[in-house]
Amino acid sequence: MSERKRGWKTLPKGAVPYKSSKDYQTGDWGVAKPIIDRTRCSKCTLCHFFCPEGAITVRVDGYTEVNYDYCKGCGVCANECPVKCIKMEMKK
Amino acid sequence: MVAKQKIVGLNGDEASAYATKQVDPDVVAAYPITPQTIIVERFSEYVADGLVGSEFVAVESEHSALSACVGASAAGARAFTATAANGLALMWEILYIAAGLRQPIVMAVANRCLGGPINIHNDHSDAMGARDSGWIQLFCENSQEVYDASVEAWRIAEHADIQMPVMVNFDGFTISHTMENVYILEDADVKKFVGKRIYMKTEGPKGEVEFKLDPDTPISIGPLDLQDFYFEHKVQQMEAMKGSLKAIKAVDKEFEKITGRKLEYVYPYKMDDAEVAVVGLGSAMGTVREVVDELRAEGVKAGMVKMRLFRPFPVEDLKNAIGNVPVLGVMEKAYSIGGPGAPLYEEVKTVLYDLPKRPFVADYINGLGGKDTSPEMIRDVFKSLQRIKERGAVLEPVSYVGVRE
Repeated sequence: MSERKRGWKTLPKGAVPYKSSKDYQTGDWGVAKPIIDRTRCSKCTLCHFFCPEGAITVRVDGYTEVNYDYCKGCGVCANECPVKCIKMEMKK
Repeated sequence: MVAKQKIVGLNGDEASAYATKQVDPDVVAAYPITPQTIIVERFSEYVADGLVGSEFVAVESEHSALSACVGASAAGARAFTATAANGLALMWEILYIAAGLRQPIVMAVANRCLGGPINIHNDHSDAMGARDSGWIQLFCENSQEVYDASVEAWRIAEHADIQMPVMVNFDGFTISHTMENVYILEDADVKKFVGKRIYMKTEGPKGEVEFKLDPDTPISIGPLDLQDFYFEHKVQQMEAMKGSLKAIKAVDKEFEKITGRKLEYVYPYKMDDAEVAVVGLGSAMGTVREVVDELRAEGVKAGMVKMRLFRPFPVEDLKNAIGNVPVLGVMEKAYSIGGPGAPLYEEVKTVLYDLPKRPFVADYINGLGGKDTSPEMIRDVFKSLQRIKERGAVLEPVSYVGVRE
């Protein structure tokens, strides 16, 4: 979001957000990000169900995929993964 | 044209409940607390008797009462609540949320002192605790003013240029439980006056929409608002409150058209040539007026200014009303422990400070916890003001009226 933010005179009244929540890319909040090792992934999709942000989707091939635009790096997926194929990597 | 009216006997609480019955808001969520109880009792009778269509929510606390009103109002409903003292204090968190989310809720407050020690009687410490929250605050002198404010408040709250919650303040017991003659409008005229709720225009992700929760035009109300937007939104509120000074005048004029009663932000009384004057809020101003008349008969050039509007603070109207009076006493039923004076005194002095010729100002804290403010005490205040005039100095900026030493 590099465009100029609006001032009080032009902001919508009632503190209503004028952008969809999709436009707020909360992925840059995190200090770590999950990396999935698909060579060991059993396609159980538990990470998809546990992700509190809905940032892990299931692909057509059955593997899961992290959307880093919205992943806040909480690490729940890595903690829940039964085969421990997700590791949290510190962001640089 | 002035609408047909009749006189009925109503105490302040009943006047509030009756006016609200005539408005017939969509949702009433309230919890009874002395001295506001009669409002809730009467209104629940109106609901039980089918005289109103309102959804009455018997909540478990004042925090919930106002929370329910915020939710109802955000969904587009007209919402009313009533409270006093510790009930208002329990609402504190939601007061700011209601105002910050620009919900045009109307609330009656039968002003009562805050415990502890516990006491159920009148002063303005409850309302003064809410003065910074973003609510419009009207103060009433008698039951008639309660009725008028309780009808008018909806038009003020929902005005396209305002859209803020309104608090109708009237003194506990002194007004809330004292029956007086009140001119009331007919139901149809009240309904016509308040009309349908007006929604403020705002802008969601898909463009301009009405400010209410509607699945067809979805918006978020009350999301997280961090460092980069919160300040801007607070400035919006402050500027809207300032702007409401113009809009409330317009509503007052419309109200005068149907009732014949002229509403002002401040009411100067015998101020033209006054040498000593008192400014204040609420029912005590009726007694002050009597004392001013007595003093005038005795040759003392006394005057007074009653304030009906406290938020927004009517700066220009107050300056005009005070005029060139050389000595001004602020009489208030409130305090700020550790502060340089009580709230009204601090604000009146702030307003006067930049004037090239400003009066001496002294603060007279009175009537805390319902202690009677008698005509004799008010005479003492005027005597004190005369001494300031003679001496040309304020020796005691803040004093307590009628308290035992």
